[in-house]
Amino acid sequence: MRKNVTGRTIVIIVTILVCVFGIIGFPKSKDALVDNVRRNIRLGLDLKGGSHLVLQVKVQDAVKAEAEQTMERMKDEMRKQSIDYASIDRNDPNTVEDADKIEIDVKGVPPAKTTAFRNLINEHFSQWILTPVSSTDYRMTLRPTELVTLKRDTVDRSIQTISNRINQLGLTEPTVQQYGESGTQFEILVELPGVDDPARVKEIMQTTAQLEIDDVKEGPFVSREAALSQKGGILPLNTKLKHEPSHGDRGESWYLLGKTPIVRGTDLRNARAGQDEFRKWETNFTLSPDAGKRFARFTESNIGNRLAVVMDDQIRSVATIQARIEDSGRITNIGSEQEASDLALVLRAGALPAGIDFLYENSVGPSLGADSIHAGIVAGLAGLAAVIVVMLVYYKRSGVNAVLALALNTVILLAALSYFKAVLTLPGIAGVILTIGMAVDSNVLIFERIREELRAGKAIVSAVDAGFSKAWWTIVDTHVTTVVSCAFLFIFGEGPVRGFAVTLTIGLIANVFTAVFVSKVIFDYELSGRRQLAELSI
Amino acid sequence: MQIFKNTNFDFLRYKWPFIGASLVLSVAGITSIIFHGGLKYGIDFKEGTQMTVKWNGAPPQNKIRAALSSKIRGEVSVQPFTDIASKDQLVIGTEKMPEQQMNAARKAMQETLENTFGQPQSGKLDFNNAGLSELIDRITVPLQQANVQLSDQQLRQLASDMLTFKNTPPRSGIITGFDQLTAVPGVNSAIIGVLKQQCYLAPFSIRDVVMVGPKVGAELRTKAVLATLYALGGMLVYIAFRFEWIYGVAAVVACFHDTIITIGLFSLFNKEITLTVIAALLTLVGYSMNDTIVIFDRIRENLKILRREPLESLINKSVNQTLSRTVMTSGLTFLTVIALFLFGGPVLHGFSFALVVGIMIGTYSSVFVASPIVLFWHNWADSRKRMVAGPVSAPAVAKAQPVRKGTTKVGR
Repeated sequence: MRKNVTGRTIVIIVTILVCVFGIIGFPKSKDALVDNVRRNIRLGLDLKGGSHLVLQVKVQDAVKAEAEQTMERMKDEMRKQSIDYASIDRNDPNTVEDADKIEIDVKGVPPAKTTAFRNLINEHFSQWILTPVSSTDYRMTLRPTELVTLKRDTVDRSIQTISNRINQLGLTEPTVQQYGESGTQFEILVELPGVDDPARVKEIMQTTAQLEIDDVKEGPFVSREAALSQKGGILPLNTKLKHEPSHGDRGESWYLLGKTPIVRGTDLRNARAGQDEFRKWETNFTLSPDAGKRFARFTESNIGNRLAVVMDDQIRSVATIQARIEDSGRITNIGSEQEASDLALVLRAGALPAGIDFLYENSVGPSLGADSIHAGIVAGLAGLAAVIVVMLVYYKRSGVNAVLALALNTVILLAALSYFKAVLTLPGIAGVILTIGMAVDSNVLIFERIREELRAGKAIVSAVDAGFSKAWWTIVDTHVTTVVSCAFLFIFGEGPVRGFAVTLTIGLIANVFTAVFVSKVIFDYELSGRRQLAELSI
Repeated sequence: MQIFKNTNFDFLRYKWPFIGASLVLSVAGITSIIFHGGLKYGIDFKEGTQMTVKWNGAPPQNKIRAALSSKIRGEVSVQPFTDIASKDQLVIGTEKMPEQQMNAARKAMQETLENTFGQPQSGKLDFNNAGLSELIDRITVPLQQANVQLSDQQLRQLASDMLTFKNTPPRSGIITGFDQLTAVPGVNSAIIGVLKQQCYLAPFSIRDVVMVGPKVGAELRTKAVLATLYALGGMLVYIAFRFEWIYGVAAVVACFHDTIITIGLFSLFNKEITLTVIAALLTLVGYSMNDTIVIFDRIRENLKILRREPLESLINKSVNQTLSRTVMTSGLTFLTVIALFLFGGPVLHGFSFALVVGIMIGTYSSVFVASPIVLFWHNWADSRKRMVAGPVSAPAVAKAQPVRKGTTKVGR
């Protein structure tokens, strides 16, 4: 074993080179070196500041919208085929868990039209299961496969939209991904390193941004009731009632609008913030060529009528058509430049298919992050220094072995973090410090064994060999138990616990290499140099 | 240098006083938990919204409480930090409530702080809580008007440098005057002038915001409990596989003992159990295990060499042989953990507290809890064997006595 010192030395040197390269790359200057280290050692959100968010997509919104659409089309089709009905309604599931309970209730279909009605549903609405409740009433439920696809699709589109919005904010390396199992959980994980205004970003993410332009049929009314009573209690066909919140000195009002929008959010080509002639902030948008033509045709034939800009179910503004409008529009009455540009951003990025709720937020401000890095480094260095001093005093010359092994351990640990693209978090730093403790333990175990063997009267060379081989199984046992517990921490743990488990595991594996292999090579090297060594400095 | 050379302490002779001490500590801890009505959980487990705010000087607790109580439904807690190093910080928290209300509460907290302690009506930007893009938006035009010529990139760099300066300790998020910024390279009096005209300095800076909704809270709790149980189970299986099963049980009992006492101390000192503390408890379990295994390994080894030695003296011998390493390792690990406790800052406070306490108890439990269990078990098993075998085994024990001295010599 002793003969192969050169071979083993080469292994160690190669390891060191690979590790150092992993941490600093090939720096050409001092600045490049700092840059490389910054790039390779990725700091977690708790160290560099940033937000960690978990949000839930309200898939029930999407399911309800699907039911809504189906109901509209059904009414049209039934009218076309002259199938009478008393009412078509849907229930109102309000939680994500209840989304599957969506159903459409059809009442009062004449028994004579039963076959026609069944055929209609089977032909045009095959994604729904039709169950008769009585001879005239029916209940429709969405097919399970259809539900799964719809919900998954809603989450996917939400992820897409939120990514678009975040990318436009110009944040570096954001993460937006499915959280938990796809298809059964509707949560999205968003990580935003370095974001310094989490409240604003949350606002941007949460805006549904459903934009439409509708033609105004009648209004304004002072309240919903006033509007309804004027229409004899029910809404006229193909209309909807929308609310305009109060702003400035004007109170709130209600308008009767055309059911089908003239322009939708998906028709937009671009949007940006601007100022009107009174230097008030607004958001201007332009339409895609197709929508532009449609809009031009409509405005040309409706000069003198009014249009309403509806954003997330609320009227933002109402204006009279003065002339043919080609392809642009604007949303007025916006408080500040930032609001205007945020609105432009969400319009460009597209609407969310369903609302979202924030389930979890952990935002670390940049100053806390800076403090934590500072504290972590000071603690790490103080601990390391104390350990080095004690090792050198207690084990003298052999203590140098331990210190070298310790230093190499830290280098390997950092390099592994860099190569695996793992993130160094504050609990991760704690993991590093514990690794130092474990590394010291391995060295102490071995050295104490060697001392015992020397005391028992063994020759130096055989005492060193015996020390290493006897301590070996103890080291394996202690390391394996800790790695086993780390594995469970990683599998079942969350956030900080995981970061801790990762660094500790890497550190332990590195430790077996440095404390046992590297330290032994150093001993062997020293011992092979002087054959007649009288005393071992330990 | 050597502290312990061929020691021969009779550890097991004093097992009862130590076991008694362990019992007292455990009972004290459990009593404290019951007395406090359960453990004090951190935000990760108890759910709610929590905002840590640093103040320029002593935080005006009562004013904050008064301002917030009208804006947020439910109870609002305003608690200062306990350790001296961060007494200028406090934590504002809400109780648990549905997610949407929590988000509203979080928004209300931030807005109320801004309105009560900032100067939003002045139309200026709060530099101490400003984001990079906000700051750039705010000063671009005024800088041009003040004839400060900067490219977009230079401006970005300047703004980022100023914020970094503000965030770096010892300022840690708060500057008290714009003139402090002259320390940042590239900042001149014209820039300071623009800042003074466009920005103001609020006496506080928001350090972090945590919001844990009921759904995620439940998930975090389950995961923490599962992780702990599986980790303990995994270690038990490994040790049972490597040693006799009683060693596994002894090691796990010792770890359990350490955990109970540490948690009890958390309750006694009124400290919060957070997700990071759970990580510390698991580390401590690993550490205590490690310590126990080293001794058990030696016992196993000695069992092979010193076949005729009575178990009690064999265990004693094993503990003595490993004493030097136990003290060295515990001492050194203790040093690193103390460093973490002293310099690690408030975020790692609970974590390092658990380890400081845990390492002491973990070291002690290997000798005075785990080893006696193995001894008790074997004594009990032996006495049962003797009872079954009748008088036959009695001479065997008597015969073992004279042999002991001889074997001890061989062992050395």
